[in-house]
Amino acid sequence: MPAYDVMPDIELFQPVSVEDAAELAGRLGEKGWLLAGGQDTFGWLKDRAKSPEAMIDLKGIDALKGIRETADGIEIGAFTTITEIAENPIIKTRFNLLASAAAHVASPQIRNMGTLGGNLCQDTRCWYYRRGLSCYRAGGNTCYASGPESMNREHAVFGASRCVAVSPSDTAPALVALEATMIATSANGSREIRAEDFFVGPAVDIVNMTTLQADEILVSVRIPNTWANAEFYFEKVADRNVWDFALVSIATAMKIEGGVIRDARILCGGVECVPRRLTAVENRVVGRPKNDATGDAVAALATVGAEPLHQNQFKIPLMENLVRRALRA
Amino acid sequence: MNARLNRRRFIKGVIASGVAATASGNWYSAVAERPKGAVERLLSINVNGRTRRVDVLPQETLCYTLRYKLGLTGTKLGCNRGECGACTVLIDDVTHYSCSMLTHSVKGRRVQTVEGLQAADGTLHPVQQAFIDELAPQCGFCTPGQLMAAVGLLKANPTPTREEARLGMSGNLCRCGSYDHYLNAVMRASGQRT
Repeated sequence: MPAYDVMPDIELFQPVSVEDAAELAGRLGEKGWLLAGGQDTFGWLKDRAKSPEAMIDLKGIDALKGIRETADGIEIGAFTTITEIAENPIIKTRFNLLASAAAHVASPQIRNMGTLGGNLCQDTRCWYYRRGLSCYRAGGNTCYASGPESMNREHAVFGASRCVAVSPSDTAPALVALEATMIATSANGSREIRAEDFFVGPAVDIVNMTTLQADEILVSVRIPNTWANAEFYFEKVADRNVWDFALVSIATAMKIEGGVIRDARILCGGVECVPRRLTAVENRVVGRPKNDATGDAVAALATVGAEPLHQNQFKIPLMENLVRRALRA
Repeated sequence: MNARLNRRRFIKGVIASGVAATASGNWYSAVAERPKGAVERLLSINVNGRTRRVDVLPQETLCYTLRYKLGLTGTKLGCNRGECGACTVLIDDVTHYSCSMLTHSVKGRRVQTVEGLQAADGTLHPVQQAFIDELAPQCGFCTPGQLMAAVGLLKANPTPTREEARLGMSGNLCRCGSYDHYLNAVMRASGQRT
């Protein structure tokens, strides 16, 4: 990587209301860059791999911060830091899946600075793309990560379409498991998006990882009480326990009654461009007890249809073993 | 020869005048071109209990301002990518990587660097003393960041278990591998090791 010492010349706006920020985002369009915690942003700028003309710093907008109880769940402002989410008593008691996922993000300092919105909207870590190469995702016409000599240990085993990048977020699988919804605002109004529809793969949009448009701001995430106090499991496998992104992660929510699983949401991170929902496993575990025998019976369903690249075949047994571990009694 | 004008002071003076000349040049052009709604460049920031007036570029990182505008070179610039922890400082008592945040984002907040740890009379901060007593640093490059991480950790959790301390210090790399010594120092500073 080139060792640039300093940030490039770029304009900075610090609006104090969502309306002003949305107005700026609409006016600047693709030239603007929404800045939250900056832990994804500054790498792009310092490496000169992306060159927006202006940053819109959302830090001054108090309406984007904090965790509130609503009639049917909670609402988390998009600028709430990952540390606040990991330590929040409401989230820890009712939605510990999210608290646990948040506690596994990067390093303590990055959790202090990084925000939930940033963690959800961050770009992929495919190093060919982040190096500034003109790949499909960067608007070019080739993928450097899927060739026979490519370094693709971290890349996708599902849902590749020209691009083989994966979603790097730890909180995204947890939020999809909890059936969260995202609220996006632009100068033209707000819309609510189901977490499952918020993330998009390359077949839908090869240059964006979310449905957010250039003029839209993610303002909050709502979690309904649907899965409150369910049985949760989160595990992240990465090369290093700190800083690193997941090779594969698993986030599960299960409702157990009378010794059998009544309902389940099982998600994997790090295997596809979006959080991968293991629907076949979810369907098969319903009505069975949560134990090793069930795990052994359903694990192979997790990877049906997987298309590993030549360096990431290890993700197949890893995914299956994570499903087994999530289903231990 | 004038004893007060030694080589070090002379070089510092040359650097300072250069900075002043460059900064003022940019300042005038920025006033003329600045679009409506953009940030002011002249900033007051609270560093180590003092209010410092400083001319800050819109894209400037806090680490750059501290080291090259305010002369607080105790904060080290390691990777400049938020991957090593050498630049760790406290903002409102919470640890941050100063290389990965804008100086413009610390308006109205308290910045504390390693220079702000010791008392006014030069007495070392208990964590600094514990680092010395445990011979925690080896080469010392990561030490200011480790100190700030330890101080931040102990402000949030004054008596951490060794495992909590390990997690709290996990955002700081040490190329010498002195991790256990740093942990010993954190446990000593928290009064749990004598």
